[in-house]
Amino acid sequence: MEANIHFPDPSKVREELIQKYPTKVAKKRSKSIIVNDPDLIPEVQANVRTVPGIITQRGCSYAGCKGVVLGPTRDIVNIVHGPIGCSFYAWLTRRNQTRPETLEDANYIPYCFSTDMQEENVVFGGEKKLKVAIQEAYDLFHPKSIAIFSTCPVGLIGDDVHAASKEMREKFGDCNVFGFSCEGYRGVSQSAGHHIANNGVFKHMVGRNNTPNEGKFKINLLGEYNIGGDAFEIERIFEKVGLTLISSFSGNSTVGQIENAHIADLNVILCHRSINYMGDMMETKYGIPWMKVNFVGADSSAKSLRKIAEYFGDEELKARVEEVIAEEMPRVKAIIEEILPRTTGKTAMLFVGGSRAHHYQDLFTELGMTTVAAGYEFAHRDDYEGRDVLPKIKVDADSKNIEELKVVPDPELYNPRKTEAELAELKEKGLEINGYSGMMKQMTKKSLVVDDLSHYESEKLIEIYKPDIFCAGIKEKYVVQKMGVPLKQLHSYDYGGPYTGFVGATNFYKDIDRMVNNPVWKLIKAPWEKAGNGKSGGIEASYVTQ
Amino acid sequence: MKHAKTATQNACKLCNPLGACLAFRGIENCVPFLHGSQGCATYIRRYLISHYKEPIDIASSNFHEESAVFGGSHNLQVGLKNVTEQYKPDVIGIATTCLTETIGDDVPLILRDYKKAHKNGSPMPIMIHASTPSYQGSHIDGFHAAVRATVKTLAEKGEEQNLINLFPNMVSPADLRYLKEIFREFEVPCMMLPDYSQTMDGGPWGEYHRIPPGGTPASAIVNAGSARASIEFGSTLEASKSAAGYLQEEFDVPRYQLSLPIGIKESDKFFSLLETLTGKKRAEKYEDERRRLIDAYADGHKYIFEKKVILYGEEDLVVAMTAFLSEIGMTPVLCASGGKSGLLKKRIMELVPNMEELGIKVREGVDFVDIEDEAKVLQPDFLIGNSKGYTMSRKNNIPMLRLGFPIHDRFGGQRMHHLGYRGTQELFDRIVNTVIEERQNASSIGYTYM
Repeated sequence: MEANIHFPDPSKVREELIQKYPTKVAKKRSKSIIVNDPDLIPEVQANVRTVPGIITQRGCSYAGCKGVVLGPTRDIVNIVHGPIGCSFYAWLTRRNQTRPETLEDANYIPYCFSTDMQEENVVFGGEKKLKVAIQEAYDLFHPKSIAIFSTCPVGLIGDDVHAASKEMREKFGDCNVFGFSCEGYRGVSQSAGHHIANNGVFKHMVGRNNTPNEGKFKINLLGEYNIGGDAFEIERIFEKVGLTLISSFSGNSTVGQIENAHIADLNVILCHRSINYMGDMMETKYGIPWMKVNFVGADSSAKSLRKIAEYFGDEELKARVEEVIAEEMPRVKAIIEEILPRTTGKTAMLFVGGSRAHHYQDLFTELGMTTVAAGYEFAHRDDYEGRDVLPKIKVDADSKNIEELKVVPDPELYNPRKTEAELAELKEKGLEINGYSGMMKQMTKKSLVVDDLSHYESEKLIEIYKPDIFCAGIKEKYVVQKMGVPLKQLHSYDYGGPYTGFVGATNFYKDIDRMVNNPVWKLIKAPWEKAGNGKSGGIEASYVTQ
Repeated sequence: MKHAKTATQNACKLCNPLGACLAFRGIENCVPFLHGSQGCATYIRRYLISHYKEPIDIASSNFHEESAVFGGSHNLQVGLKNVTEQYKPDVIGIATTCLTETIGDDVPLILRDYKKAHKNGSPMPIMIHASTPSYQGSHIDGFHAAVRATVKTLAEKGEEQNLINLFPNMVSPADLRYLKEIFREFEVPCMMLPDYSQTMDGGPWGEYHRIPPGGTPASAIVNAGSARASIEFGSTLEASKSAAGYLQEEFDVPRYQLSLPIGIKESDKFFSLLETLTGKKRAEKYEDERRRLIDAYADGHKYIFEKKVILYGEEDLVVAMTAFLSEIGMTPVLCASGGKSGLLKKRIMELVPNMEELGIKVREGVDFVDIEDEAKVLQPDFLIGNSKGYTMSRKNNIPMLRLGFPIHDRFGGQRMHHLGYRGTQELFDRIVNTVIEERQNASSIGYTYM
């Protein structure tokens, strides 16, 4: 497919993106705008602060902690300690779905709890109000768990959410109450909140329930948040294949499942960025290896299933996996073959998330489309370059502020699922255990990688490449579409999904076909059409660093 | 089930800085700027965008640990410089957040320092500062705080001129367009603030824009101090918190406060006031609109008479809607708001003096759990309010008509028209159709003729 695309010279594009910046900024940004070489992966500056006054798409620590990681578990009452906005803005906005087993089963996802902090709480402290709020939630629902999330003012006024949680937990006896110091100003982006959430879930939830499970192939699904029903499709496939899903972090999950997660024999990780800490910590404490998989894309799903079967090394499972793939693929093939002539040769750009910009490239490949540029919003270097760079990543002040849990093997529960020899053998077979080789290895040589893409850069890239589709989020959607380029939301999927697994892949093919071949775009004259052939119109960049 | 509540569940209000960002978006070539963590800007952007389906850039001072501890002066100054260089705005509208209000950053002082340090640089945009701590009030307070701060920063005294200020409250771009049309018809210059009729509901871009076109120019706001009068919509809006209140106190510009003109009576008051202030008769087309609306009331009354409604939203919207519903023979059995001005009941009583006899109940400072508890007792025929009532509507099988902000589960929230005779007409048609649709769905026969 690649041969059909006439790439602009990526080094020139890079130069053009940087040239309008003042020297200092150009220097800074040039480290985050990289021409890819999958064979000799260059360094990408990532997870560094956004400069004030530059419009970023990044969110805050609270968003990563409550919104992303804890939000999808249905039977935790999540109380946001702070003024009303933070809780309101995270109220069902991520389109996480959940499926309680019975009508009576708890589901608090539709609720938005807040201490609705008022001025007097800021002045005199809000702990008292928080404890009353916890008591109210307990009296009302008798939930298994209550989680408290600190918003910006909380840390500053000295409210101790951990002490308050502990006090209430001890008071109730039958309700696990725990707090998160995920004030919005912590860290560089929502990524800090993911780490804080991983720590809290690991400390307060995992390992509390030792109920055994008779399943033969027990796995946890990490970093899957059931947006648009993604988890349901993966669950369907797992069940069909004969894998026992012990818990999911955290799409369609329950407290009980997460507390039982340590009995699984394998952790598979989808979103590396948001949950890799959990994989590492569970490996150290319980001896459960983790493996990076991708269920976005039909071929990727098949590949991931084969990897899981290979890990367990069971011939019956391997055979069953092949049967399932053979059953699922004809429907996928029928649909993609019909769509391919309309999508082949088109181009896409993905600037989203901490893993989606990588995963969704597989779907575009299946559509015959080329990803000309991609980047993450809040990822770290390892998500770009692979985990081999981890020892080389400099720990800065922002990362230092996030607690690194000291994890040691559990004296009773540590049980290495694979011996060193077995792990070596799996590696021999090409299975990457406890590793991730990142996005860039998979991207073509001429593609462009940009971290924390700025507003100016996105307009410039669109102008230069004129992509057929741009993938990002709602904040970018309407500005990109004003230039006549369709934008697919990959945070919330617009109103669509699921996009995982075999069914999800076909949903995505159809959605992209409808978007890139829609007649409405012909009615919109893009700015560069007016400005002249590919020449810049009026957007120029200039900004200052800290 | 009654809950004695301290905490808020399913809030019926948003936070203070959101309103300020929207209001600043109604000033020409203005960039809203939130002094606080970047998450506030991101959340508020995504929320406004989900309703208006338009891009909105909100800058931020991107607080980090040390700025939270040592103050955000440095970050604010870097941010202002970057916004200035990149957007070349005429105005930067700076709103604070709970974080910066809690640490007590002195924004006016920082702005003075900034101006001093950069006086020889590129042209300095006008800086407007609104104090909008999220732990006070709700989004509507932030909206009014930003409008008042804008006028306070810009308005100057001058010789009285043939100009009327209009402060329309948080209404839709469609409403704003209609209001501008009315003033054009009356041939009287109007300084409407804010005016996001174009910035929050514009066309595709045939050329690049750093900031979308539209909005009230700063140069026009300067004249607000010499206008003949200010008209301000919003019956619970107190003079001490409003732009018109400031202009009256500072420049003796008379303040005329009206309820949002929804329905015949309140629209009449608005048009009569315009006639009085301008000495001109309204254009014939408005008489036509009024006649058609009354005719529609008569035609539609058979469907809606005595229907019971639960209304919720910003207080001023709730007051105006209560007056309108009473006018068409519907009963708002509960008028609810997450806002807490202390004036909601009083203002409704003024417009609907027999409210108690009609069975109208009023509650301020409520959330959706409170409203749902009331709904179980009051058994309304339908709900009128923003999208956040949907869960309650679905759970209790009560139909719902979407109105206000936010509307993110229906298309075209920004184009919903409510004000004046024509807006009321659209609203009335939607109400009638909601009832008809419900009856049709409930019918076992499946009438196609209702």
